[in-house]
Amino acid sequence: MKKVALVTLFAVFFLAGFSQAETLSLLTWKGYAPQALVDKFEKETGIKVEVTYSNNEEMIAKLRATRGAGFDLAQPSQDRISSVQEKYKIYQAMDYSKIDADLFIPSMLNAVKKNTQVGGDSFAAPFCWGTSGMIVNSAKAPGVNSWKALLDDKYTGRVSYRLKRPTLIAMGFALGYDPFALYSDATAYKAMLDKIAETLMAAKPLVKNYWANGDALLESMRSEEVFIAMAWDAGGWKLHDNNAAIDFVAPQEGALGWIDTFAIPSKAKNLDAAYKWINFMLKPENAGYFTTTEKYGTASQGANEFISPEVRNNFERTFPQAAIDNIKWYPPVPAQLERMEGKILDKVKAAK
Amino acid sequence: MVISKSSKAALWLFLTPVLCWLLLLIVLPHIDLLRMSFGGENDYGEHVWTLQNYRNFFTEPIYWNTFLRTAIFSIITTIITFLLAMPVAFYIVKVVRPRFQGAMVLMLLLPFWVSELVRVYGWMILLRESGVINHFLLKFGVVDRPVEMLYNDATMIMGLVYTSMLFMVVPIISAMESLDDSLIEAAHDLGSGKLVIWYKIILPHCKPGITSGSIVVFMLVLGNYLTPNLMGGKNSLWFTEQIYNQFIASFNWNQGAAFGFLLLLLSSLIIWIGLKLSRQKLGEVAS
Repeated sequence: MKKVALVTLFAVFFLAGFSQAETLSLLTWKGYAPQALVDKFEKETGIKVEVTYSNNEEMIAKLRATRGAGFDLAQPSQDRISSVQEKYKIYQAMDYSKIDADLFIPSMLNAVKKNTQVGGDSFAAPFCWGTSGMIVNSAKAPGVNSWKALLDDKYTGRVSYRLKRPTLIAMGFALGYDPFALYSDATAYKAMLDKIAETLMAAKPLVKNYWANGDALLESMRSEEVFIAMAWDAGGWKLHDNNAAIDFVAPQEGALGWIDTFAIPSKAKNLDAAYKWINFMLKPENAGYFTTTEKYGTASQGANEFISPEVRNNFERTFPQAAIDNIKWYPPVPAQLERMEGKILDKVKAAK
Repeated sequence: MVISKSSKAALWLFLTPVLCWLLLLIVLPHIDLLRMSFGGENDYGEHVWTLQNYRNFFTEPIYWNTFLRTAIFSIITTIITFLLAMPVAFYIVKVVRPRFQGAMVLMLLLPFWVSELVRVYGWMILLRESGVINHFLLKFGVVDRPVEMLYNDATMIMGLVYTSMLFMVVPIISAMESLDDSLIEAAHDLGSGKLVIWYKIILPHCKPGITSGSIVVFMLVLGNYLTPNLMGGKNSLWFTEQIYNQFIASFNWNQGAAFGFLLLLLSSLIIWIGLKLSRQKLGEVAS
């Protein structure tokens, strides 16, 4: 009797091991793998997608802990790839012959290739883009169009931002620096950070809270507890649909532009599925669906006709040509800066 | 007692999984962390052995101030939890009818059936400026404009106390159950007041329960990440958050590992001092 049970047990494990379908484990941001597209992909290719949500810092930490194993595809921002790759070697070079270059907006593909180059290889392909700027409730805070509004005591208790590096960069621009130009000069960058820390600590009484969770921030904007926040464009446009007074504003200093990419971890198991997913997501109809539901701009060439008019409207309303030209795109971050920034952020958070 | 060969073998057989568990999941990772905490980089980006990570903690005011703040708030939380848990435990053990006792303990347990995150969000829905409590306060004219009740230290302590109540009440209940009612009655008959009974009879009897409850609560609060982060708001840098920041935001695993060990050492030190002050031994408390 015992033997029979044991044999069945083994048989079950054995079969379970084999009947498992092919999977793609994807390390990405929330909203980057809409369920409808995951289902469609599975139907087309038979590959199941396992999605893990994360952010830039956690993605790097996770892949660093496993030395690039455990995921087949990751989606870091383009400016956070080259220095990390140089130091920890967590990605493998992208084989651009396996992705369909015609699907991409050529200038964006080239920019990402250039910015993620380490040695002779490049490590990423673009997926989507967006900007950090301000979400403003114009009924409560009319005429706001500068980062400086985050420091304005007219709005005491009605301001919210993250304690993350984009905030430091934005404050740098608000104080008249050009942080990106200082990337190569660590001493000058440090001096700028000290000034920013001083400013942020002085402005602490103005802040309602330092938001950590995007949904929670949107909720406090919706309930009109917060009037001005530093946040991503897509969030502001989502709120605009419900309350016309709330909208995303590209500050006059220039919105901060980011491009999120596809990069393949160095010990990815299912390379084939990873490239399939990249090509699938960039197909105009799928990219159009993604942009329509999640409101992030896409790197896909020709997706425009699949994007709903309201969403296209968002882009045109917020970004007239001058605002587009004024977007400050993140250049690749040199490694040692992040340590300095971490300390400054701790200091601000700990201050009274 | 003589242990036969076969029972010795059985002992090892049963002990092996536990030892494996301890070794693989607790000892080995800690050794790796310890090794990491002494690592660092020189100016050329090469790996060197150094004490700098530990030195940073003592030379940089932000770090030890954060630890101090975390420790003080944890002690305050432990004391408040104790003050609230004593009457609750007394009520459950001595006052309520025995057949309701189970139901009472169950009610204490109930909030723990949902995750901590959900509980914290529950509090946030209640307390936020546009939340439930403010809605009623406005409706009944108690206040004329909504008050922000979130994002301050008092709210954070309340959240922490709420989260750790159970871990204080349960050990105290089990200690109090063995207290003979006749001792309290005798004291009454001999004319002692209520305060004296609490102080001279109930508290000393429950001491082991109180101590083990306090240790558990203190450690849980000190190691908490969610509640201070979500309810505490803008001034509430908790030491665990600093460890997280070192690992995740600054990519400085060496510093993070050193902080982890300092947290372990300093919290053990605080507990040791606590035991000394209350003249107890860890062995007695655990038994």
